[in-house]
Parts: sequence; C-alpha cells; structure tokens
Amino acid sequence: MMAILKRRAPSISLIIGLFVLWEVACLLFSVPDFVLPRPSQIIAEIWTRAPAIWPHAERTLFTTLVGFAIGVGLGVAIGVLIGSSRLAYDTAYPLLIGISSIPMIAMVPIFVLWFGYGIVPAILTAVILCVFPIIVNVAMGIATVEPELEDVMRTLKASRLDLLWNVSLPRSMPYFFASLKVAITLAFVGSVVAETVASNRGIGNMMMIATSSFNVPLVFAGLLILAVMGVTLYAIFALVEARALRWATRGTRGAAA
Amino acid sequence: MAQPVPLRPVDAASAPDDMIAAAHRTAPLLRFERVAVTYGAGEAATMALSETTLDISAGDFVALVGPSGCGKSTLLRIAGDLLRPTSGYVFVRGREIGAETVRMGMAYQSASMLPWLTIRKNVMLPLKIVPPFRGEFRGKRNGEFRDRVDALLDQVGLLDFAEKYPWQLSGGMQQRANLCRAIVHEPELLLLDEPFGALDQFTKEELWQVLQSLWQTRAMTVLMVTHDLREAAFLANRVCVMSARPGRILEDCPVGFARPRTLDDTFTPDFVALNQHLRDRIVLVRSGEENTL
Repeated sequence: MMAILKRRAPSISLIIGLFVLWEVACLLFSVPDFVLPRPSQIIAEIWTRAPAIWPHAERTLFTTLVGFAIGVGLGVAIGVLIGSSRLAYDTAYPLLIGISSIPMIAMVPIFVLWFGYGIVPAILTAVILCVFPIIVNVAMGIATVEPELEDVMRTLKASRLDLLWNVSLPRSMPYFFASLKVAITLAFVGSVVAETVASNRGIGNMMMIATSSFNVPLVFAGLLILAVMGVTLYAIFALVEARALRWATRGTRGAAA
Repeated sequence: MAQPVPLRPVDAASAPDDMIAAAHRTAPLLRFERVAVTYGAGEAATMALSETTLDISAGDFVALVGPSGCGKSTLLRIAGDLLRPTSGYVFVRGREIGAETVRMGMAYQSASMLPWLTIRKNVMLPLKIVPPFRGEFRGKRNGEFRDRVDALLDQVGLLDFAEKYPWQLSGGMQQRANLCRAIVHEPELLLLDEPFGALDQFTKEELWQVLQSLWQTRAMTVLMVTHDLREAAFLANRVCVMSARPGRILEDCPVGFARPRTLDDTFTPDFVALNQHLRDRIVLVRSGEENTL
C-alpha cells in the first residue's frame, strides 16, 4: 500500500498543484469569474447547486452507460464475426475503416431528424462513437491466433465454436479490455455532444443553458463533473482488466499465480 | 518394413462385405499413394512435394528427415488432414482420409500453451473437445479426467507444476506439457513437427527418452518430422530420407536397435554408422540441389 502511494505521489501532487496554481493565478491577476472561475468557486457552485445538477449528471451517466453497453454488445458480436472468418474480414474491413473515418459527431443532426430530441440521439451517438475501437480490437485478437494452435485444434476435429470458445475469445480479452477503456471515454464524448444540441437534460444541456445565461462557474462545474465521472469509469475498467487478465500482465506487476 | 497392401478403391457395390472388412484389418493405418502438392497455379506454381508413396502401419514410429523445404512438414500436414494433396490419395485404414475417423494428436516446435490456463487445464483441453471424452467432460473434469491428466504429467515429471501457468515454466517443461496435450486423448496417430527443435541438447535428449517411454506405453503410431538425425535414429523404427524440393522419399531406412534405447546406445558404432549414412544421403541431396540451380 505504501509502495503504491509512493509511486502515485508525483502524479497526485501534479494534479493538486495545478488546481492550486489555477486558484492563485486567478487571485493574483484578479481574473473575473465570468472568464475563468477559481476552482474553489467551481466546487462551491457544485455544492450549492447539487440538487439541480444531480438529475443532469444522472441522465448523462445513464445515457453513457446504456450507449456503452449496447456498443460493447454490438462491438463484440461484429468483432467476433469479422475476426473469425477471412471472408467476412476482407469483405467488411474496408467498409468499417470508411465508416469509422467519418466524424461521428456529424451524425447527431441525422439522429435528431430521425428520432427527435431526447435521450435516443444521445444514446445512439454514444454507441457509434464507442463501437469501432471494440470491433477492431476484438477482430484483431481473434484473427491473430497462432497458426500452430489452430492446427492442433483442427487435428482434434474441433468445431469453429470450440476454437472460438476455448482459444480465440479468451485470447482476445486483453485487446477487448484495452478497447473498453477507450470506448467508455468515447461514449461520454458522444452522449455529452448529443445532449448539447438535442436534449433537455444532461450535463451537456446544462452547460449550454449555463453558457447562455453567463453562469460560467456552472459551466466549469459541468466540466469537472464530467471529468470525475470519466476518470471513475476508466478506473473501474482498468481494475476489472487487471483482475481478469492476470495472465496477460504476468511478472510485470508481480501478479504471479 | 510394412508390406504395401494392394488395396485400392474399394468398390462397395461389387465387393462383398467381408472382403472389405478383411481389407480393413490388413490395411496400414496410414497410406500415402502418389501424393503430390503444388502451391500456386500457372507460371508461379511451385511443386512442394512430388509423387510420394508411403505406408505407415499401426504402432510404427516413422521419422521424416531431409533438407529444409523438402516438403516434410507438408507431408505431415496432409497426414493430419490439414492440407489436401493436389493429386494422389491418402488412406486411413484403407479408406480415404476424412471418411475414416482417426483420433489424432499434434505437437509443434512452439509449445503454444494457452497462457490463461494452468498446465493441468492446458493438458486437459483435448478431453473437452474430442469425443467420447467430450460428452463426459463436465462430470469428470474434476475426477477421472483430472487423475488421468495428473498421471500423464507424473510420467513426464511435471506433476509438481500442474497448478503453474505456462509462462512460469522453462521451454523444456512447456514442451513436455505440449507432448502431454498431444496424447492425453489417447490418439492413434501422433504427428510431431520438429517437436524439440528449439531446445538445448541436454533437454532434447531428456525429452527423447520421455517420448520413447510415452510411445512404448501406448498403442500409438508416430509420424515425426525432424532436422536432427540423431533424434530420428534414436526414436524411430524407420527413418525416411527425403530429397530436396520437390520432395520425395529417397530411402526408407529401418532402425533395428533394441528398445528401450538409451543415450549410451547413440555412441555405439552401429548407431554412429547409421547416422553417418543418413547424413551422407542428405549432404548428397543438398549438393545435388545446388548443382541444378
């Protein structure tokens, strides 16, 4: 425990230091709070407005998690399909690359057109933003099974499903978890962006309203809340990854069996 | 040496049942008949294996040696039904391969253990997949199958490592586990592609003895590809020398030393002479290859 604390100390002090610097600089140069509020003002804003902020935060978290869950399901299914068949890989990969190079945010107006304002466009935006890294990573993990191992399985007359279940899927888990950490962050981006233009609730919406009424501390409060939620979810998935994949991290973190 | 059995397309319509059954009993476990493999087509076509005929009877131990790229591994892959020959036939107990089921095991030079499973679970994998074990796997994995795996691990000296993960084992120990995985389901045919190629001399010699004892205690036919002539002569009943690409079998050399063979045997004059003979053949083949280029 002490060792972990010692290793983390520099990064923790960097974060705290930055906030202190921000606070001091604002006071020193007397920056008006409608330009850049001080951290203490932001935290005070969150504290006093908590009952009003909470429903927005809750909605954003919900939207993000639902979008993320759908994205994971879809991503794994498509990734497995593409990764386990040469034909599917060759057929679909160029299309996937093409789609994923579209700035997904540009889809938001279309979703609004189709589904109207509200939670649906936000969820869909979260889905399309987070699904591609998952597809690509899972497909890669499955497609790169050692040929020797595949031969061994084939001489055992293993079915495709046997191979997938016993070898390819567990093998692709490190790739999958790596993509989850990217995907959860992207899901946040998607839901917040969609909320700013097409919702009446959510942190994104709250920030838009706060901006138009020049409540700058509240805008920053929204930003801080997003950061905290994003970091927390990232940390949860990093923890799950470390638990599930002891075998992939082996000696590097002293995770001997 | 196995007698070639004059068994050819068994015409089920005209041949009486008992004739087929008789042919079945006398047919070799594995028969390659004028098997050839060409990769690519047209101008770019390269012949990897020219017409090769080889019989392997049940219980035999055959080693394939030859210069690199001569098609040894190609022949092995054909035996495993991983590759269909461009022409020719492969028969298993007299019936075309694929029609007749033969339980097989395979091991390569790389141990390719699954890193997320313990050694015991790695070795148990074939029992999860191959019938009839497959159907009983759920019920027996913590009982009978576990004991069976442990007995095998004990035979190769790995029992103390059953709960370890592959990356905690040395290369030689991983290769022992690889051998165990290849035979845990009691295959009739074991295919080995340079299984000890990546090991140091001492570990290799240890594993020769392990493999010999595994083979002697089972009714198992082995087809092994190797670069190491001592290894071939130590382990095999027959050593087949192959020509340079496109390969074919130049010589089918019986190895008559008594079993179990010991490492001391490898220093006897007879053994050294056999080695020398095999070596000369391959050197000749290789220089021939260079002349034609």
